[in-house]
Amino acid sequence: MNPYLAGIGLGLVLLAAFVLVGRGLGASGAFNAIIAWAVNLMAPEHARSNEFIAGYLGDGSSSPLKSWLLFEVVGVFAGAMVSGLLAGRAKVTTEKGPRVSVRTRLAMAFAGGVLMAFGAALARGCTSGQALTGGALLNLGSWAFMMMVFAGAYAVAYFVRWQWR
Amino acid sequence: MAMMAPLLKYGVFGDEASLVVAFLIGIGFGFFLERAGFGSARKLVSQFYLNDLAVFKVMFTAIVTAMLGVTYLGWLGWLDLSLVYLVPTYLMPQVVGGLILGVGFVVGGYCPGTSVAATATGRVDGLIYVLGIFAGMFAFAELYPLLKGFYLSGSGEAMTLPGTFGLPYGVVVFAVVLMAVGGFYGAGLLEKKFAAAGE
Repeated sequence: MNPYLAGIGLGLVLLAAFVLVGRGLGASGAFNAIIAWAVNLMAPEHARSNEFIAGYLGDGSSSPLKSWLLFEVVGVFAGAMVSGLLAGRAKVTTEKGPRVSVRTRLAMAFAGGVLMAFGAALARGCTSGQALTGGALLNLGSWAFMMMVFAGAYAVAYFVRWQWR
Repeated sequence: MAMMAPLLKYGVFGDEASLVVAFLIGIGFGFFLERAGFGSARKLVSQFYLNDLAVFKVMFTAIVTAMLGVTYLGWLGWLDLSLVYLVPTYLMPQVVGGLILGVGFVVGGYCPGTSVAATATGRVDGLIYVLGIFAGMFAFAELYPLLKGFYLSGSGEAMTLPGTFGLPYGVVVFAVVLMAVGGFYGAGLLEKKFAAAGE
């Protein structure tokens, strides 16, 4: 799809979130909710004593899985799958350049995910919750965050180009 | 017409129904991410090698669309923008978090939302990336007592660009539109240059 058309579609979805529920899109928060749930399940004392996790557990009256962002992310999975299947783009494969083994590429993907989670936790959001949502709301911290995402990615792109080409 | 949005805040529907709305909005989000080609790590990282700037184009078109939407709905008096949640600004952790996240983006090939879209369309690296996010989130939570001081450094207030720089809201909106249009033009030039230079 033409990137500008896809952008308008994405923007209208974001606008719908603002108008309907008074909040924007997100993704990393859903992962936090699942971690909070899992830690609470296995070690409830430990979960309660950790402020970061306790923040997702609330007063304990409802499950951390009953999270707006988690329901939204389940929708993202469904929506992307429908789009991919309709377009014939859904297939089991690993995205990589020709000069790197699948094993190395998967190790890099894992490392990238770990870094991403750390960054998103520190910044209180990721590309969805901060850059996209906060960008549209002219949020000061979100704009600072967005500039730094591009800065960080461009700064190291050269050193990992072997992975992609 | 009286002010009535955000609908949830005006009690048009309740918290339980908002979870259904979350799922439906997520479907739209995932659909357009995948349509934009963002279920593919190679497409996403092309942004950082300048031969395909779709990430910038899609992101800024979306930002401008939603920004103009809330601005006009606010001016019409249909949407109370003060009831739309703003993530509080903690400048330094957000600057450092952004840098780390940017590195994670080009190292791993995805961001959280796009890794879900990639997993949904069969990308094994997307799935492994998701597992990496879980590991990183768990590690962050466990290290939180050490990181708390830095995590909470900053004002922690809801801050906007117009408020911080003392500019009228409409002026900043106009500046962002101009910047985006200039960026789209520049993106076209860069793509031509780096496509011609070859991979």
